[in-house]
Amino acid sequence: MKAMKKILTRSMLGTAAVAALMGGLVQGAWAQETLKVGVLASLEGPFAAPGQDSMRGADLALKHHNGMAGGKKIEFVKVSSDATPDKAVNSTRKAVEQDKVQIMIGPLSGDEGIAVKNYAKTQPNITFINGSSGAQAATLLDPAPNFFRFNTEGAQWMVGLGEHALAKGYKRTFLIAEDYGFPYSQVQGFMASYCAKGGKVIDKAWVPLGTKDYASVIAKIPKDIDALVVVLGGSDAVNFLTQYEQAGGNKPMVGGSITVDQTVLNFKGKRRESLLGTASAGPMADSIDTPEWKKFVADYKASFKDGFPSPSLFAYLYYINTKAALDALDVVKGDLSGGQKAYRDALQKTKFMGPAGEVRIDDNRNGVGTTYITEVTKAADGSFYNKVVKTVPNISQTLGLSDAEFKKMGLGSRDVPDCRK
Amino acid sequence: MSPQGRPKGEFPSVKHEGTLMSPPGRPKGEFRSAKHGGRLMTHRQTAMTRQQWALWVIFSAPIAVLSVLAVTDNAPLFFKTFLNGLTLASLYFLVASGFTLVFGLMRNVNLAHGSLYLFGAYVGWFVGEHTGSWVLAVLAGFFASALLGLLMQLLVFRHMQGQDLRQTLVTIGLSIVLADLMLWAWGAEIYTFDPPAWIYGSTTLPLVEKFPTYRLVVLLAAIAIGVGLWWLLARTRIGMMIRAGVDDRGMLAASGVNVQLVFAVTFAIGAGLAGLAGVVGGTALSISPGEDTRYLLASLVVVIVGGMGSVGGAAIGALLIGLAEQFGQAYAPTYSVVFTFVIMVVALAFKPRGIMGKAA
Amino acid sequence: MSAAKWRRAMNSSNAAALAPSRASAHALPSTLRSTVNDSAADTATRHWMSSAWNALSLRHLAVIAVIAIALLYPVLATPFFTFQIGAQSLALGLIALSLTFLGGYGGMVSLAQMTVAGLAGYLFAIFGSSSMPAISLGWPWWLALVFALTLATAFAAAVGWLSVRTEGIYTIMITLAIGVAFFYLAQQNYTLFNGFQGFSKVTAPSVAGIDFREPLPFYYLVLVCASGGYFFVKHLVRAPFGAALQGIRDNPRRMQALGYNVTAHRVGGYAVAGLLAAVGGVLMVWYNGRISPGTVGTGAMINILIIAVLGGMKHPIGAFVGAIVFVLLQNFAIDLVDRERFNLVIGGVFLAIVLFSPDGLLGLWAKLRSRFGPGTPTFKTKRRLQ
Repeated sequence: MKAMKKILTRSMLGTAAVAALMGGLVQGAWAQETLKVGVLASLEGPFAAPGQDSMRGADLALKHHNGMAGGKKIEFVKVSSDATPDKAVNSTRKAVEQDKVQIMIGPLSGDEGIAVKNYAKTQPNITFINGSSGAQAATLLDPAPNFFRFNTEGAQWMVGLGEHALAKGYKRTFLIAEDYGFPYSQVQGFMASYCAKGGKVIDKAWVPLGTKDYASVIAKIPKDIDALVVVLGGSDAVNFLTQYEQAGGNKPMVGGSITVDQTVLNFKGKRRESLLGTASAGPMADSIDTPEWKKFVADYKASFKDGFPSPSLFAYLYYINTKAALDALDVVKGDLSGGQKAYRDALQKTKFMGPAGEVRIDDNRNGVGTTYITEVTKAADGSFYNKVVKTVPNISQTLGLSDAEFKKMGLGSRDVPDCRK
Repeated sequence: MSPQGRPKGEFPSVKHEGTLMSPPGRPKGEFRSAKHGGRLMTHRQTAMTRQQWALWVIFSAPIAVLSVLAVTDNAPLFFKTFLNGLTLASLYFLVASGFTLVFGLMRNVNLAHGSLYLFGAYVGWFVGEHTGSWVLAVLAGFFASALLGLLMQLLVFRHMQGQDLRQTLVTIGLSIVLADLMLWAWGAEIYTFDPPAWIYGSTTLPLVEKFPTYRLVVLLAAIAIGVGLWWLLARTRIGMMIRAGVDDRGMLAASGVNVQLVFAVTFAIGAGLAGLAGVVGGTALSISPGEDTRYLLASLVVVIVGGMGSVGGAAIGALLIGLAEQFGQAYAPTYSVVFTFVIMVVALAFKPRGIMGKAA
Repeated sequence: MSAAKWRRAMNSSNAAALAPSRASAHALPSTLRSTVNDSAADTATRHWMSSAWNALSLRHLAVIAVIAIALLYPVLATPFFTFQIGAQSLALGLIALSLTFLGGYGGMVSLAQMTVAGLAGYLFAIFGSSSMPAISLGWPWWLALVFALTLATAFAAAVGWLSVRTEGIYTIMITLAIGVAFFYLAQQNYTLFNGFQGFSKVTAPSVAGIDFREPLPFYYLVLVCASGGYFFVKHLVRAPFGAALQGIRDNPRRMQALGYNVTAHRVGGYAVAGLLAAVGGVLMVWYNGRISPGTVGTGAMINILIIAVLGGMKHPIGAFVGAIVFVLLQNFAIDLVDRERFNLVIGGVFLAIVLFSPDGLLGLWAKLRSRFGPGTPTFKTKRRLQ
């Protein structure tokens, strides 16, 4: 019995010691001349592949800065989420409170962005810069003074596509989109000018997220339309496009920003000819014909042998946000004192020529940028890519409308905007 | 407490009561109980069937009315949705039949069934890509999953016979590990198959105009496999052993059959069916991580509704769920997914063992 | 007389018997009798102390150590550790405790515990205040709390009623399906559950000047709730209800023959577990400050099962042990292993536990104790009504 007590007491003490050790020691010693910057991306779950590319974008920005900013060595503290807001906040909290980062870059998806923005309000002394989150509400609704987004958001990505669709003669369209926040804003961006200039979206089919079988939705498509507006992402898009072709559908399509992007065009399987000619829009395109973009692609390919054939949307967005963060650090010479006020002022004034156009933010700390209208084209080697057909610069969050008009419209939702007849 | 001195009518005379204690030789009262009992039984039986009839009427009447409304409103849509439902049901039947077979015989709720589906799909894709033949891909999917299932049974489940809960927990763990390994090996991209052109176009049918040929192929394949399973279970020796084992495992072992062999064969068949469904379903709906959970849940619902351990039940459950899902998607898309679960809940409320499940 | 009382009585009578016998053994001359009387008093105290020390089993030592660590934890650890590791593991542990109670003592492994917890969180957001004033009713927090807990418990009882009329192994399947159904309902419905976005700004209240959003008060709140749940379960399993539930777990037919209403007891078990999970769910929504369909998705449901099995379903403390290990792994695996393979790590650990030590970490500890400790038989009576 005594021996047992001894064993138990000792093991208890041992465990307590280890726990205390973990509690205290993991705080880690941080060298004064290293600045810790947290980077959050979803490295698990459905967005694992885009998450990896996001990290590559951030790494590339750091590489272009030679690993230094503001005279200090920059150390990335990488944390991960699985695209759920709860996880994103937990990981951000770990980076900020446990690993003691001063600047936080991320997250990847829209709803995570809103959650991180809410967390940012509880940490006024840390600056949060977006990764690739494209939810309107992150900056339009209840913004946080220390949350900056240098990229444009989902609705801004579709501005100009409406006019292009009308120019192609698509006056009556039918919408198929996933039933959650990001497609709502994409649809709003499309319809803001499409409806104003006389286009009609006869009906909207909102499918639950994760739907694989589009047979019934396809059966509902009316005959008297000119084109389909399809705002689906990833595997949903691939499924829909395949099933539509199988069902004998032949209407042309207008796609959302992630409907005919890299991941979809690069799926492992036979390329469907029906994809050719699909118009789409986004903040970047694989085939932008500027020296900045070409240099960016070349650098990406040289630095990451295991990356995609061309940098994805996520790599690009993380790149410009990280570059902005580091550029502003240079301006204040690494001085983050005084509640980071000087740093935030520098961020507000940050402006540079990014790989896909000018990068700057408006008074609400949201990006103002360029949108590229593209069409799916076949390259010489038989692969598919998005060819740029038009460039629309200087798009702000009011989507080309006046402030008053935009306020009246409100944020995108299932029924906003609406132009049926 | 001697009965002497008690007046005659005091004791309940067997003459009047007609209990089973009636002495022999009594003419009428002897059979009264049996007659009474017999008549009551019949009443109860008709009463039960009447109740069942009432339930069926309550459920089918609104469906019939709604169907008539839908047909008059947009007939092609209705029939297209109906056909879509049938074809989705075929896919669900393919996946669920393996699941129910394994449970029926071995009482093993194999929650790694979805992972077997996905594994077969990936291997089938790999083979199809390198040989260019879709049929080989299908066969590869079947055999790859069958092999994996066999390994699982021999290495893991055989040592846990009888510990149902532990087996289920192990399958959960296996599904998590397998899912991550497959994500590691094949990445998060979307994979589609390349079947021969003649089954990948669209056919023109009466009433629905153009309909994807491939879905008709899936329907035919499911019918063929269903018939094949029935033939295996009803007409072969191994099927007889499987059926016997489902009814009474102990007796099967006692009659000298190598029960472990039967288990291994059954698990292999069940897993193989999942892999086959993986390739077939993947051709229709593409494969990506997350499909394993989706088809596992579909199998669960189908089997819960149809009845555990019954292949016929799996067919009925698949029909119900497939049709419900497609009609829900066409006419009430927002809640179409919840709809199928509502059906499951209703089925459970009235028939806890499923429609074709054996009453305990 | 209860077992503890009997033990105490025996020990005190022993001590009393010892003291006079010792005194009489040393017969002293009268000149020193006064000193003997004084030293007798001292000896009595010393005897009491030594007998108390002898009566202290290692179990008491363990309990004292755990209580000390739990109470003093915020002093030893940083606010991050207090909040993200400590409070989160205790809240998750409470939800896992409901599964341990239901699965370990009731024999019904229900994967819908996280669903009940999530529903309680959602209801709190709907009845209280959140980022969606169009949906939230804005009631005072205590009213929202009462309604959330009551409705979530009722839901748990309904789930129980649906699941208990079939064999035990069906329970996992049925509860998994119900949980997924709720996930899709929450994701698709915008009028009540606000769909994909869920509710944010669901915060813990400020009571009597203490703001429970701060790490320290929140930690103690969660500690109180978790210990409340733990002692409640410990007490309940020895009460007639708990004993009947365990009897039903072991042999439902016999219990039915004895006259117990098996279904009613099982549904009651679900309701009790539902209450525990609901409390845990409200704590989780206060911890996260938000709730969305992802909180009640398949991954989260399976995580609770992993936690319960990891710790061991034979004793209530297993749930908390499992939760602590799980939260530590979740937060620090990225520093040790490639973050992408986190699922592989957790799945592998779970698989290893189920294959080699089905009683979880507690089972491992018991095995080690029996292998390396002295050959004392383990607690006899305690095992029966565990």
